[in-house]
Amino acid sequence: MELIAFYAFATLAVISSLLVIGQRRPMTSVILLIVSFGALSGLYVLLDAPFTAVTQIIIYAGAIMVLFLFVVMLLNAHTEDDVPKTAVMPHGAKIGVVLSLALAAEVVWALQRLGVTGFGPDQGASASISSVARIGSALFTTYAFAFEVTSILILVAMVGAVVIARREP
Amino acid sequence: MLSLNHFLVLSGILFSIGTAGVFLRRNLITILLSIEIMLNAVNLTFVAVGRYRLIVDGQIITFFVMTVAAAEAAVGLALVIALFRHRETLSPDAFTMLKW
Repeated sequence: MELIAFYAFATLAVISSLLVIGQRRPMTSVILLIVSFGALSGLYVLLDAPFTAVTQIIIYAGAIMVLFLFVVMLLNAHTEDDVPKTAVMPHGAKIGVVLSLALAAEVVWALQRLGVTGFGPDQGASASISSVARIGSALFTTYAFAFEVTSILILVAMVGAVVIARREP
Repeated sequence: MLSLNHFLVLSGILFSIGTAGVFLRRNLITILLSIEIMLNAVNLTFVAVGRYRLIVDGQIITFFVMTVAAAEAAVGLALVIALFRHRETLSPDAFTMLKW
């Protein structure tokens, strides 16, 4: 049962990700990426991580993708420009395909060699990592410093985004 | 039987798809979307390994990666807007002034 759900979500994620990079309209890309994030959220549920699944939907599909959609609509650039092939890298696309296929083969080969099977202990033990209380207490004790630094990061990103996107006076 | 290997291989495939997108697409927004795919592949690895070792650290670092992704998306899209305002195009080939 779990295996069927895994393959369904995995297929959905891979196909929608391929379609994201496979077609030329940024608007469709963004919508398809939301589908891919939904599938990943289902995989997080399979991994006993409901908190991560929900944050995936709220932050990624809800906030980040809406930001992307907003910019795509704002810029009014409907499709990719038909740029002439640059003289610098005439076969750039082919090299790119070969390099990414090589990367996929390397990564899959290396991960297969790890030879890990199963998921360790049974379902009872996995309840300990799916509790939001455990995540919260770890986040606010062990990782409290990182958590606070994150707020500075977001502040800097916000100010930076406003300054960069501002119209020149 | 579901195993850690399934998730690692899937995340490797997703990461390669994101890399292919960065290589192949000639649109700044799609390139940023491909980077998001790569970040999500890494997130999946973190959560899967955290589940395998029965520790919550995997989910916590995923939380931080999401925060960084949000900051990166905000600044990246601001840069895209500024660049589009100067050149009226989203093709990375139009922004080669610093290259040579």
